[in-house]
Amino acid sequence: MSAGRLQKAADGLVPWLLPLGLLFVWELASQTGLISGRVLPAPSAVVVAGWRLAATGELWVNMGVSGLRALVGLAIGGTFGFVLGLTNGLSKKFERATDTLLQMVRNIPHLALIPLVILWFGIEEAAKIFLVVLGVFFPIYINTLHGIRTVDPQLIEMGRTYGMTKFELFWRVILPGALPSIFVGLRYALGFMWLTLIVAETIAASSGIGYMAMQAREFLLVDVVVLSILIYALLGKLADSTARFLERLCLSWHPAFQSK
Amino acid sequence: MTAGALSVARSAPEYWSEAHEATPPVARGLSLTVRNLTKSFGDNPVLKGLDLFIPAGQFVSIVGKSGCGKSTLLRLLVGLDQPTSGEFWYGAADEKHDKSAVRVMFQEPRLLPWARVLSNVEVGLGRARKEAGARERALETLKGVGLGDRRDEWPSVLSGGQRQRVALARALVSHPQVLAFDEPLGALDALTRISMQNLLEQVWREQGFTALMVTHDVAEAVMLADRVLLIEEGKITLDLRVDIPRPRRRGSAEVAALEGRILDALFKDARVGEDA
Ligand SMILES: Nc1ncnc2c1ncn2[C@@H]1O[C@H](COP(=O)(O)OP(=O)(O)OP(=O)(O)O)[C@@H](O)[C@H]1O
Ligand SMILES: [Mg+2]
Repeated sequence: MSAGRLQKAADGLVPWLLPLGLLFVWELASQTGLISGRVLPAPSAVVVAGWRLAATGELWVNMGVSGLRALVGLAIGGTFGFVLGLTNGLSKKFERATDTLLQMVRNIPHLALIPLVILWFGIEEAAKIFLVVLGVFFPIYINTLHGIRTVDPQLIEMGRTYGMTKFELFWRVILPGALPSIFVGLRYALGFMWLTLIVAETIAASSGIGYMAMQAREFLLVDVVVLSILIYALLGKLADSTARFLERLCLSWHPAFQSK
Repeated sequence: MTAGALSVARSAPEYWSEAHEATPPVARGLSLTVRNLTKSFGDNPVLKGLDLFIPAGQFVSIVGKSGCGKSTLLRLLVGLDQPTSGEFWYGAADEKHDKSAVRVMFQEPRLLPWARVLSNVEVGLGRARKEAGARERALETLKGVGLGDRRDEWPSVLSGGQRQRVALARALVSHPQVLAFDEPLGALDALTRISMQNLLEQVWREQGFTALMVTHDVAEAVMLADRVLLIEEGKITLDLRVDIPRPRRRGSAEVAALEGRILDALFKDARVGEDA
């Protein structure tokens, strides 16, 4: 039994071997001067920089600011996308009225709006949040709409023949049927959320992880720049894992999420 | 001979009333009367004026070549589509029935993948789902189809035959008076089909509903039904009484003889190379 557990632990380690090995080689190359600290600081230097910034509290403030922007933008854009996806999915009339406009707007890359957004909002919070809202709106809208449109019509017919009310039909058949697609939308949206935030914060901000990176660049603090990049990666991973967790929770009926 | 002449109202086979004198309380089916029922899709007339009377509690099988309008007829009779003209009613002409009096089962089980087996059966209770004892009734019915121990599973882990049994429980749980089947066993393997046929016959005899079953399998029609209807070109062209006593034996000479008659009628104008 303990041998089995050991085997399991060893199996769990396998995916980490390559990243850890790479980190080790990187550290070694930096220590021996093979990679100049100006180009890429040693991993240990990044850790030290992180420690320093954490101690002054600067790191936490900037992470909090970035996280809040992301969440607020996701909440607003996600809600809009979800609600509009629902109404357009459920009502052909609504879709006919709004679809052309939405398709037109969708074809504008939202990051292309940055100059305009700066003109409108300056570098205030509203600018970043507005961009994030735009970034998350479409993935959620499109996938919610698609999910509702592709609910098995046979199940809807079944619900009708068993006398479900419209309300029951929505809660028991349509929404659960659309949920897998909505989750796909959510995970795309999370990707767009961080991407938008990174760009917005590096171009126009006075706080946040992106701002921290840009400041560090001015003072040639490469370790802090790399630290910022890693924090973005970490936050992105965190968001994705949360979404996966929720997905597993809500879609436990789905064969794809059933463990043997 | 016209379809009208063939489909005049007829009484149930004798053994039926005998069986019911022996076990009286179950005759709870509804009779069905169909008058000049027509259905066209655009310019395509599918049903061309059907007349039919089915007495309460009869088991009727409907056969016919693919595309002859069997499903169309069934969908009309369970209220999923509206007829182009004509009318039909269950029971007495001016009687009103609850929607749950007529249930339908399809070739696909149409279970909610996100609801546990028992919840899927509860769907069949309709509005009565919130009443006290609803869950017990659903469980009772689920046990009746032999799946009581799978109540908390997801439908995706069941086999095709088991899923169809859950669908049957869902259709039965509200104690319908008419149960319509559209090729309910069409997707099952031969052995599962046989046990499902036995189960269908058993619940029909226990509950006494009127059964309308569309099937591709003429042997199945003869095994289960009191009466076999053949639909061709929008009309009922054969209305055959099956009075082989039950329990019937698969492959017995009587079953085979009737099967042969129906197949002959189906292919009477078959030319070489023509496909069913
Ligand atoms: N919704 C519809 N719109 C247009 N035509 C339809 C529709 N439903 C059925 N039809 C047509 O009506 C005819 C009968 O179809 P139906 O599904 O009733 O056949 P069927 O006897 O059940 O065939 P099968 O044995 O293959 O299931 C077919 O020609 C079909 O194309
Ligand atoms: Mg059909």
